[in-house]
Amino acid sequence: MAEAALSDRSYGQPTDELFVGARLILKALEEQGVEVVFGYPGGAVLPIYDALFQQSVIKHILVRHEQAAVHAAEGYARSTGKPGVVLVTSGPGATNAVTGITDALLDSIPIVVLTGQVATHLIGSDAFQECDTVGITRHCSKHNYLVKDPERLADIVHEAFHIATSGRPGPVVIDIPKDVQVARAGYRKRSALHNGYKLQLKGELKDIEAAVEMLAKAERPILYTGGGVINSGNGASQLLRELARVTGAPVTSTLMGLGAFPAASPQWLGMLGMHGTYEANMAMNECDLMLCIGARFDDRVTGRLDAFSPNSKKIHIDIDRSSINKNVKADLGIIGDVGYVLEDLLKIWKARAHKAVDQKAWFAKIGEWRKKESLGFKQTGKEILPQYAIQRLYEATKAKAPIISTEVGQHQMWAAQHFHFESPRKWLTSGGLGTMGYGLPAAIGAQLGNPRSLVIDIAGEASILMNIQEMSTAIQYRLPVKVFVLNNEYMGMVRQWQQLTYESRYAESYSEALPDFVKLAEAYGWKGIRIEDVDGLDAGIAEMIAYDGPVFVDCRVAKLENCFPMIPSGAAHTEMLLNPSDVKGELDEDAQALV
Amino acid sequence: MRDLGPIRRHTLAITVDNESGVLAKIVGLFSARGYNIESLTVADITESHDVSRITIVTSGSQEVIDQIEAQLDRLVTVHKVSDLTELGPHVEREMALLKVVGGGDKRLEAMRLADIYRARVVDATIESFIFEITGSTEKVNTFIALMREVGLVEVARGGVVAISRGKDPS
Repeated sequence: MAEAALSDRSYGQPTDELFVGARLILKALEEQGVEVVFGYPGGAVLPIYDALFQQSVIKHILVRHEQAAVHAAEGYARSTGKPGVVLVTSGPGATNAVTGITDALLDSIPIVVLTGQVATHLIGSDAFQECDTVGITRHCSKHNYLVKDPERLADIVHEAFHIATSGRPGPVVIDIPKDVQVARAGYRKRSALHNGYKLQLKGELKDIEAAVEMLAKAERPILYTGGGVINSGNGASQLLRELARVTGAPVTSTLMGLGAFPAASPQWLGMLGMHGTYEANMAMNECDLMLCIGARFDDRVTGRLDAFSPNSKKIHIDIDRSSINKNVKADLGIIGDVGYVLEDLLKIWKARAHKAVDQKAWFAKIGEWRKKESLGFKQTGKEILPQYAIQRLYEATKAKAPIISTEVGQHQMWAAQHFHFESPRKWLTSGGLGTMGYGLPAAIGAQLGNPRSLVIDIAGEASILMNIQEMSTAIQYRLPVKVFVLNNEYMGMVRQWQQLTYESRYAESYSEALPDFVKLAEAYGWKGIRIEDVDGLDAGIAEMIAYDGPVFVDCRVAKLENCFPMIPSGAAHTEMLLNPSDVKGELDEDAQALV
Repeated sequence: MRDLGPIRRHTLAITVDNESGVLAKIVGLFSARGYNIESLTVADITESHDVSRITIVTSGSQEVIDQIEAQLDRLVTVHKVSDLTELGPHVEREMALLKVVGGGDKRLEAMRLADIYRARVVDATIESFIFEITGSTEKVNTFIALMREVGLVEVARGGVVAISRGKDPS
């Protein structure tokens, strides 16, 4: 059933009372229920900042770099389920935001980005701080606008929120020339603009019926879940649990989907893909029915495509029609919102009184794979293994159900493997774009949206330096975020690939000239803690948790530890490297070309 | 790599909001994802000038064409994507203007060929003609090739416009 949510193109009547454009924007944000805006002022947004100054409904959070404003908005959105809002100036303000906007597009995070623009009559003249913001963001946003008519300001803001949050969520950019911010116009309530915007929430019933019959007959089923389950809302995570209960099927998840299914369940296989568990990848390889729920067969998940799960029927549920059959051909595609589709699927399953096929043999096989203990490690001696540090951090904090953000690299994969999540919206990470510098601003955004939660950025010493300036933001707003750095003095994932692919020629991957992180933390007004060895680990973590304020932990870990298991790029799920002895140290040229 | 099946030419009709940046978004989608554009035409088609129709001729395996359709369909400003090649019988037309220069026998031959191909003369001087030809891509191609023999100096050519046969709109 296709639903055209915006069916007519009338803009509605504006109010008789006139407001300046900046005020119209804030009124529209208020009507949308916006509480927090992440931003940075500049010449082309001064009227909006002046209007912000004169109100108290919306709180503005001053970041220290526009990229961080977007990541903070992403962290806020991902952890609360509400859209994040960003306000930046023209030119460099907008271009600095582009990395964050692209990050939100790839990970389907609902954000609205307001950018200032030079006055309408100056557009195209290479004016000071002018850039073609709608041109630059055209292909890294879900949609974007250049507002030239003040009468359209409010309803475009409303439509932007609708587009950002509905369907497959994503970033929407609104570029607003300075003259439009000061012109007077009436205020329009929510109204319809684009009648081409299509939303399909409910799946085709006959497809869902077919899926039920396929599931009921499966002897070796697997549920392969992704970020779509989390985006669909907490109800979808509940429905996923129910589906797992009635079908008895094992469950694995992408990086983006962690937390949608509880890690404590005996049906949980752990994450799949390049650094996923042996049991998850082998079960994907040998299943007879794969039910993909809100995931998109990313190359990090599939490995070599022609060897990907060769003997299974594949059902793919996705709200984005273009995700179905993009990388992997589905035997049955269901276009719809995960929550709606799972609800119908469960109704039909129950109405037909299906019983799952006995899966004893399947779970026995999975049990054999589990015996490999692919995430195993041996902590011996004083030097801390990074996996052990995360395990201890998990044990010390799990009772508080913390929100974890990460940067990008080895620490991110270790966190995904060794920190375990029981509920959605606790795991914030840059999956699609892989943006170093994401974690600290995302933690700041999450802390603002969840003031009572323990929020920890698990970081690497290289990534954290990419947005280190945000320590200043955390202090200004008294946000007690924790940064837990696994400091191995290397861009660890780069170094690991160099070891595996380029015979250990470590080109530029050593973190030279690192700052003294404890002194740096103190310079920003944070508490700094250094953990040198195993003896200080638990005490250091306890001290971090106990401190009421932001804490930076510099945890020194083994320098040359590699992240296993690993499926080298271009390899099949069955060609997994489980430990260092599997590593040859070089790859052929075809494999070198893959990232 | 997967075998994606045979590569075929497809004509797509896309109706979009007639606003700035829409064409750039669609063309950018094709280049960003490595799809091919053989021809592209666009003009607004409603009385209120708020909807445009874009006709794109592309080529690819059925899977690639399905993916192009799906990618286009999710753009906010796209109303509808129709694969006319898949939908069945349809009419495709192209138009070209050809400047042909010369005298004597060549000039006479150019006139004769134009007559056979039902090309119209829209401008003439003692030394030149401008012919206007409308027809299928193949017919236009053939006519251009023939004119090369008799003094063709310049071609201006529109891309394909197309519409489905029968009473139902595409």
